[in-house]
Amino acid sequence: MKVTLIDYGAGNVPSVERAFRRLGAETVTTNSAGNISAARCLVLPGVGHCSALVNALDKHSLRRPILQAIQRGVPFLGICLGLQTLYESSEEAPELPGFGILFGKVTRLPETVKLPHMGWNTLRVNRASRLLDAIASESYFYFAHSFAAPAAGEETSAVCEHGRAFAAVVERGNLCAVQFHPEKSGDAGAQVLRNFLKVAA
Amino acid sequence: MSLAHRIIPCLDTDGERVVKGVHFEGLRDAGDPVELAARYNVEGADELVVLDIAAARDNRPTFLETIRRVAEQLAIPLTAGGGIRSLDSARAVVRAGADKVTINTAAVERPALLSELSAEFGAQAVVLAIDAKREGAYWQVRVRGGREATSLSAEDWARRGVEMGAGEILLTSVDRDGTQSGFDIDLTAAISKAVSVPVIASGGAKLPTHFLEVFTRGAADAALAASIFHDQVQSIRALKEYLRASHVEVRLPC
Repeated sequence: MKVTLIDYGAGNVPSVERAFRRLGAETVTTNSAGNISAARCLVLPGVGHCSALVNALDKHSLRRPILQAIQRGVPFLGICLGLQTLYESSEEAPELPGFGILFGKVTRLPETVKLPHMGWNTLRVNRASRLLDAIASESYFYFAHSFAAPAAGEETSAVCEHGRAFAAVVERGNLCAVQFHPEKSGDAGAQVLRNFLKVAA
Repeated sequence: MSLAHRIIPCLDTDGERVVKGVHFEGLRDAGDPVELAARYNVEGADELVVLDIAAARDNRPTFLETIRRVAEQLAIPLTAGGGIRSLDSARAVVRAGADKVTINTAAVERPALLSELSAEFGAQAVVLAIDAKREGAYWQVRVRGGREATSLSAEDWARRGVEMGAGEILLTSVDRDGTQSGFDIDLTAAISKAVSVPVIASGGAKLPTHFLEVFTRGAADAALAASIFHDQVQSIRALKEYLRASHVEVRLPC
């Protein structure tokens, strides 16, 4: 399986690439619309400020090829900001629209808890999840973010809680995304990536 | 469902090898950073910090290579620092494989650096390291490896640093560092109360009870230690089992 990693300059692209390679997957990183249109399996990693991601996608005219690939049924995995940009908009950069594939708005987690939500947390699984297959329910995943997607959507297969519940794993057909960093989440994270590769196969 | 308290081993390096000793004094070799990183990754460390404590010397390429080799070993987050004085030097460290950068003296000298780093990498990637020493009624910020006094109070500086864009505080007690007499609980509690971001306590760890105290009374979100892990005085797994039995939430890898 060849995994195409969308590289818009985010810090975690090399570690996502390493994590896939450890599982025996072939990887290619790109910021070209042509490569994305031709991809058989797409991963959008992301970390940092959401405007950096959205601006970079627009600068390289990647929005349309990504959207079309997802609509064509190409297996897609969004990580962290790569999950958040699937929604309509984010409070972090209200002027920039998201992909709008998923309904709702990304908002800041409440001030009642320490932010960023940084470290290892567990999930509450809502329904059968291919991404969480063969993963013990008490497993921890590594999070590093202050904004988060709504928990309520039908596509939300697992939520996490920090101040409020938010979507931690979303799955709808070929569309997969996680708020945590599977590339930094030890064995449990590696299993999520392995499961994604199975979905994509 | 709640956030686990983190245990973070720290590799103080001379750029290439892990070294031991307090603030350059009595430095001795404590191992290969790549081997130690691989061991901690398996033993259940929640994160790893790699510092270049000889950053003043001209060995930057070596340190960047060390970060690259350490990052290769890890499936957990990596923080790197020591000698980061500009956006460019931070970029080099991130490109080499660090998820977060930690800055200390450079932030005191030019707090705007925190904002620049935060704008580029996000606040979650910016760790403000504060070395604090008790001076009468308050804790004074120290720079240059704890040797030089400043006019800043640690609480004020922590608050200011967070306003400027730091997403985490790595707080070292200069009084306790290297003593193995326990974390400075009062200092940690004061800083944890002063800021809205996570606080990593450092300096003085030896016994499991030290960690329990800093997570409970000290309200720390994470605790960092070096030689007790390198020398296997303390195993990360046994420490976490103790903490879990003491009702502190920790991640025990399966």
